Amino acid sequence: MKLLLSRYGYSIISFAVILTLWEVASRLTGWSAQVFPGPSMVGQGAIELITSGKLIRDSVASLYRVTVGFDLAVLIGIPLGIVLGRMVRLSKFINPLIQFLRPISPLAWIPLAMLWFGIGEKPAVFLIFLSCFFPLVTSTVIAVHSIKPIYFQVASNFGFSRREVLTKVIFPAILPDIVTALRMTIGIAWLVVVAAEMIAVQSGLGYLILDSRNALRMDYVMVGMTTIGIIGLMLDYIMRRFSEIDEIKWRKLSA
Amino acid sequence: MSKIKIENLQKRYFERRSRLRSADDVPDSGKQICVLDGIDLEIEEGEMVCILGPSGAGKSTLLRIVAGHDNASAGRILINNKEINGPSQDNIFVYQQNGLLPWYSVWENVELGLRHIEDEEEKNNRIHEFIDIVELTGFEYHYPHQLSGGMQRRAELARALAVNPDILFMDEPFTGLDYLTHLKIREEVINMHSYYQKTTLMVTHFIDDALIMADRIVVLGERPAKVKMVEKLDYARPRNIETERGLRELRDQIFLMLGVSYVA
Repeated sequence: MKLLLSRYGYSIISFAVILTLWEVASRLTGWSAQVFPGPSMVGQGAIELITSGKLIRDSVASLYRVTVGFDLAVLIGIPLGIVLGRMVRLSKFINPLIQFLRPISPLAWIPLAMLWFGIGEKPAVFLIFLSCFFPLVTSTVIAVHSIKPIYFQVASNFGFSRREVLTKVIFPAILPDIVTALRMTIGIAWLVVVAAEMIAVQSGLGYLILDSRNALRMDYVMVGMTTIGIIGLMLDYIMRRFSEIDEIKWRKLSA
Repeated sequence: MSKIKIENLQKRYFERRSRLRSADDVPDSGKQICVLDGIDLEIEEGEMVCILGPSGAGKSTLLRIVAGHDNASAGRILINNKEINGPSQDNIFVYQQNGLLPWYSVWENVELGLRHIEDEEEKNNRIHEFIDIVELTGFEYHYPHQLSGGMQRRAELARALAVNPDILFMDEPFTGLDYLTHLKIREEVINMHSYYQKTTLMVTHFIDDALIMADRIVVLGERPAKVKMVEKLDYARPRNIETERGLRELRDQIFLMLGVSYVA
């Protein structure tokens, strides 16, 4: 308990202050509870949504889409980044294309995504894939470029095969950067999934918010927002834990 | 037959947007910079040769080329009477900066050169043996960042010696160490050399190190570098520069050659 307080004391206090201000504001502004519900009303809405199972279902639906889109981006983006990082010629050819596509918001792809993949999971997953893919490729290329040349010299001195160069030099060397990139990317994916769910699907937290708006249930809208915040926090926490494993720590400490 | 034979070695670079590009990678026009201009040198089996020279003279370039990590623009390098062809596990390089792989422990780093040994027990014994020789027992599972600069250098020596290399290349192996550690590691390198008798080619900018350690000193001149002096040192070890008159005179001579006329 004491440890909990010392570690999270400030966060607990700041949330408590916000909740109080929110409650007071909602009562004093004179707006109706339908327009600006206070935390007590939102809490009640949360209980309703949890007991009906809708909140869990929608959260799982959103997390599922993020997982699939993110994993696809990891599986394709990181190997491509390594190849581009090592092959200067190929990278000169492909990199301009990636840098051109990267600043286009994944949301701008919505019309095309719906046209190509129809309604349902596919366009949403495609959008998440896009939002993760470009930053992952770019970060991987940069990570590979920043490997000190001396490590490749050591590798050739000790007669490493191509495969050993990959597994014993490149992978471990870029791992710390990759974990940071993954942490940032999953945050982006979580931002994009909500928007994607507002257009293409009938489930997920984004859909919950849109549907509740149409029903004029602002308390449900706020439950949706709060849940997004909490899950986002959890995702970031999980990714941050990865950066504390032994294989990664060398970077921070030897820098 | 000499161990290493360097014949008329040349290295030229192109100057291009302030970046140097190796002249043998691209057939390109532009102003050429000659770094090494016809180096001839022979090194005997078991000999410890130290290369001195002004900074920018191409000492490290010379070492890298002989070790097969860089190409020559002209000339030949023969090791054991065979022209070299890239880096080899027989010739291990010890680096100026830290050459340990930071994501591997001391144990795993030493293991790098012994990967091919199939008998686990034999391999483990060998790793133990060399970690013990450099007095890093108890630090097997430490990562490089958990070691001091001197310990890192010793771990790298263990990694190099464990391979039982034919030749050791050392590129300013004491740079970046504090003074006392520098002296200690130097002593260890001398002891190891007298024990294992590995042919050693070392680049340094510490003249004293060369005088204390080398069987032969090679001094390179300003760029484009040629061999300016080769001096054989027939003094018993351990050597003391202060009491050995010949070493003192040689030191003054080298300082003069490198453009320092007065040393307190």
